[in-house]
Amino acid sequence: MSTTTTTTTVGGVRVVKPTVQSHIRDYFGRVRGGDLGSLPAVLGLVLLCVIFAVTTDTFTSTLNIANLFNQGASGIFIAMGLVFVLLLGEIDLSAGYASGVAGAVMAVLLTNHNVPAYAAIPAALVTGLVIGFLLGFLVAKVGIPSFVVTLAGFLGFQGVLLLLVKGGTNITVRDKFTVGLNNNNLSVTWSWILAAVIILAFAAVQLNNARTRISRGLVADPWGIIAMRIVGLTVVTIIFTALLTQERAINPAINSLKGVPIVVPIIGFFYVLWTFILGRTSYGRHIYAVGGNTEAARRAGIPVDRIRISVFVLGSFMAAVGGIIQVSRAASVDPNTGGSNVLLYAVAAAVIGGTSLFGGKGKIVHAVVGGFVIAVINNGMILLEFSDGVRYVVTGVILLVAASVDALSRRRAAATGNR
Amino acid sequence: MAATPLLELRGIDKSFGPVQVLHDVALSVYPGEVTALVGDNGAGKSTLVKCISGIYSIDSGSVTFDGNQVAIHTPRDASALGIEVVYQDLALCDNLDIVQNMFLGREKTRGIVLDEPTMEQMAGDTLASLSVRTVKSLRQLVASLSGGQRQTVAIAKAVLWNSRVVILDEPTAALGVAQTAQVLELVRRLADNGLGVVLISHNMNDVFAVSDRIAALYLGRLAAQVKTTDVTHSQIVELITAGRSGNIGLPPEKPAEAAIDITPGGDQ
Repeated sequence: MSTTTTTTTVGGVRVVKPTVQSHIRDYFGRVRGGDLGSLPAVLGLVLLCVIFAVTTDTFTSTLNIANLFNQGASGIFIAMGLVFVLLLGEIDLSAGYASGVAGAVMAVLLTNHNVPAYAAIPAALVTGLVIGFLLGFLVAKVGIPSFVVTLAGFLGFQGVLLLLVKGGTNITVRDKFTVGLNNNNLSVTWSWILAAVIILAFAAVQLNNARTRISRGLVADPWGIIAMRIVGLTVVTIIFTALLTQERAINPAINSLKGVPIVVPIIGFFYVLWTFILGRTSYGRHIYAVGGNTEAARRAGIPVDRIRISVFVLGSFMAAVGGIIQVSRAASVDPNTGGSNVLLYAVAAAVIGGTSLFGGKGKIVHAVVGGFVIAVINNGMILLEFSDGVRYVVTGVILLVAASVDALSRRRAAATGNR
Repeated sequence: MAATPLLELRGIDKSFGPVQVLHDVALSVYPGEVTALVGDNGAGKSTLVKCISGIYSIDSGSVTFDGNQVAIHTPRDASALGIEVVYQDLALCDNLDIVQNMFLGREKTRGIVLDEPTMEQMAGDTLASLSVRTVKSLRQLVASLSGGQRQTVAIAKAVLWNSRVVILDEPTAALGVAQTAQVLELVRRLADNGLGVVLISHNMNDVFAVSDRIAALYLGRLAAQVKTTDVTHSQIVELITAGRSGNIGLPPEKPAEAAIDITPGGDQ
């Protein structure tokens, strides 16, 4: 090691004390060792944005940037749920139509039965929970492979959706609140308040963690790295808030359009919630343990079956959230809601973001980053007026690339002992 | 050394259906000592360990812990008493770090939030008490550790909970020479810290290097439990392969009985 390395003592054990340089060196060491995280996805996202910014006139317009959030939101929510399922090395092929069913339940209640939104939305969420419990029970207790259970779900829920919308009619949703969720924007003032809250909360958490660790005599990340993180997040947040609070309507006199889309704080809420659950609670720790080594988890007294059921419940719950947001965006439900490529895009989002198909490795941020990659591809290629065929081929290729990165980095990690 | 055993088994019988795997087995584990448990494949070592750790329940016999008669029905009962087992395949999660593995299933929390600083400190203290002085970071993933380091983490995980008896199932089977020496040193240190250690091993050199007593199982019976200093390598090998050596071990058996005992249900 270099001469700058110093050691410190944690409860009697000497460990290497990181400096800014060693922290960065360690990071690249981990990347070379096969622990890529979401680095390929972030680089890919930047690359795609640069390509589309150069080749189209409209990609970087504020209207289009706001659109990206609205278009990507539903897929991001479904992908968040899939991260939980993938963490156990399972798969949920029914998430797409589960989102459709939940969305249809909401739409039927709102439109056909005049149920208010505050009852119809929870009903859709409960639908998700019930679907998830059913899938999880069949996988964990009956012992059917998740691939088969959810493939059956994929077909079955497609049928349920058809039955709910009475064989193919289109149900329009007129409820203002519901439609507003994925179409309206925060006011400019609230947008800036949101930005301030994000920055302050992030800084507070980072500084508090470091302070607690140092006061307990433990090794904390170097201050330089913490400062870089806070400054980085601050810059990005301010740039996006500034862009999104610009007037972006084509004709502002008729209908003014500015502010951060309402769906952004909803994404933020679930991102923080699930990241907290996965990273800071024993429940989350147990999910990683079951995904990493089921037998070890069982011997440690972790209720493996209950964990397995719970991830399907969370998966379908987030699918329901995605369904609600989808219906809100389109202001209607039809037999194809949650169908066609919704599921595949969501799985692709999680995997492109860096979640492993082999279980044990994944974070909620992967769903967000991967979801934006998918949204950017779709958005950019439509702007470039490519046909659907080309779009599907490109998305398929990118998913294959991401899955190869996952498989290869796993091999490399096994070789370097750094899985 | 110590006069009273910490853990004492008497007259343990265990059958799986028609196959009786353990016959009237007795075993004494003393605090501050390493008791080696030896025996050929299928002699019943693993079954005995699983009976002690509560994975199997015994058919008859008595278990005394710290002078009190106890009943161990589940692994939880065993850990409540302070009996921990380090399995051969270690049962570590590669995708978790050292601290996370050591506290797996028994995480310290404050409210619903994991209390990482406390766990990291306790893990550091435990590793230090085992004289593990240098790791790159307590937050290193277990996947990046060597075989000996993994064994160390597994053992540290077992002693973290103020355990009184630690049972090690073939801890050196998969290790190289240097790492074996390192782990044996650690096993010795556990006993020196006052724990009762049970070491299962096929390697006579390891057994003679660290153990104070040797218990030899032969076809589901305890051939003998002797002090290591009183016997030689070849005597132990005879106890393992024939059940008796000179005047120690089982009395000569009737051939018919031995024939019945020849399939003790595998060494699972």
